[in-house]
Amino acid sequence: MQAMVYRGPYRIRVEEKDRPPIEHPNDAIVRVTRAAICGSDLHLYHGMMPDTRVGMTFGHEFVGVVDEVGPSVRNLKPGDRVMVPFNVYCGSCFYCARGLFSNCHNVNPNATAVGGIYGYSHTCGGYDGGQAEYVRVPFADVGPSPIPEWMDDDDAVLLTDALATGYFGAQLGDIVEGDVVVVFGAGPVGLYAAKSAWLMGAGRVIVIDHLDYRLEKAASFAHAETYNFAEYDDIVVHLKKITDHLGADVAIDAVGAEADGNFLQHVTAAKLKLQGGSPVALNWAIDSVRKGATISVMGAYGPMFSAVKFGDALNKGLTLRMNQCPVKRQWPRLFEHVRNGYLKPSDLVTHRIPLEHIAEAYHIFSAKLDGCIKPLIVPNAA
Amino acid sequence: MPYSADKPKLAESSDELRARIPGWGVDLDPKDRPSVPKLRFDANLNGAHWEFPERQPEKWPRERSIEHKFLTPVFGTACPPKGLSGMIRRYSYRTYSEGRAAHWLLLLAADRVDAVESTLGSLLSRRPDNPVTETGVRSEFTHHGLASRLAGKRADRAHHPLDPIIVAAPWVLAGGAVYLALSRVVRRRRT
Repeated sequence: MQAMVYRGPYRIRVEEKDRPPIEHPNDAIVRVTRAAICGSDLHLYHGMMPDTRVGMTFGHEFVGVVDEVGPSVRNLKPGDRVMVPFNVYCGSCFYCARGLFSNCHNVNPNATAVGGIYGYSHTCGGYDGGQAEYVRVPFADVGPSPIPEWMDDDDAVLLTDALATGYFGAQLGDIVEGDVVVVFGAGPVGLYAAKSAWLMGAGRVIVIDHLDYRLEKAASFAHAETYNFAEYDDIVVHLKKITDHLGADVAIDAVGAEADGNFLQHVTAAKLKLQGGSPVALNWAIDSVRKGATISVMGAYGPMFSAVKFGDALNKGLTLRMNQCPVKRQWPRLFEHVRNGYLKPSDLVTHRIPLEHIAEAYHIFSAKLDGCIKPLIVPNAA
Repeated sequence: MPYSADKPKLAESSDELRARIPGWGVDLDPKDRPSVPKLRFDANLNGAHWEFPERQPEKWPRERSIEHKFLTPVFGTACPPKGLSGMIRRYSYRTYSEGRAAHWLLLLAADRVDAVESTLGSLLSRRPDNPVTETGVRSEFTHHGLASRLAGKRADRAHHPLDPIIVAAPWVLAGGAVYLALSRVVRRRRT
């Protein structure tokens, strides 16, 4: 089969690999019909995530058709159209029993601090991902779900991470009616978070980024007020000014490890890998919200330390909430919102690129070329 | 104003927002927001029919965090450790917990060694690495590279020149290693 393969920082190619075998009785093999590149895939692509091995296939956002199932699988059969949450999880451990699917303790031998994620380095379990023609899906009775008949693949694939994570980001903000919500980052997760904030009753939604084309999308797709931080000497002061010097009630960090806006932070984290991530957006969030506010962190950071302004968070009495999204927990409500037309995930898709051109897709997405917001990957077997 | 008791007034009322934004407030009630177990428990979300999962066969000694009691019952089987990078990875897993910076720094070092090893190895294979096709840099010419980079006030322009250096590093290191090896062979033959 054809699969995307990592060759080193900023280098990937398509190779012929063996179709993955059933390795556990509850495995399924899924033929991928649509995959996406996530902003967090860029952390792998840039060599930031420890234990990202040459030969690994990335991709934790994918949907497809069940091709084969292991002997203990009861809920799926070959031919089923399925969407697969980005979390690999067992459904039975301490954490899964409490709905914390993203914190599963039975699927990642390499680390206890993070659960299993498809195609996301050995730090997240060493599973090959879905930017390929076929992928192994462990615990087929637990994670995957049939795609509703009325939902197309482009919408479904965005529910496997980006939309669920954006909505989860707003949810962790504990938004109450009339709250001022500021979202850092106008990538897919930030845009979905901004849109979701309205569903939860926000009174004002502000989106911060430095890419004008993404801010335009934030205005049109997410009805948000937008500001380009590169146009201000100090975006924190600007945010204070536009909130009557009180600050926002809720901030959502939808940027994560490669945040721009501070050259030293960015270079030490994203280029020199001396920090788990560049916490520029998170520090801006800490500084710009009001005292007693809630900050929801959806941006992905590596496992190493990062230079976060924790003292200010303490002194301001902030609540910091974060987790990898337990995707399947979000689906029933999100299905309703998609069906009712409140959320249209595929509105953010800007590029559909064949698997054999995935190196170009990564470069376009990484360098933010051609107005790219969300690239989808279409395998030949689709 | 934070200097007095009242919260600043919003430009639009909830009714105005509801009229303008499709779906505004449909999840206003926290009970409508998915959350387990704090607000709502839904046993149907969980399809496990085991108390502890059956164990996946371990086909080679699988490296694992020393913070785990045992090898997890299910694990990924991509890219077993190999070469010098594999030795570094195994040492890191065997020796340091996730709480130690040494653990992660060694794994990052192994990643860099892996890239150099693989680049060198590819030169001896039927399909050597090709930095032009593998970086996707051709899309600069087909997807408005320059125009995109120059548009607006992008904050990332300052560090764009660093990317080629990162890409070139394993090639320079591999070239250096080949040069040293060849010059050693030549020297031995001369003596």
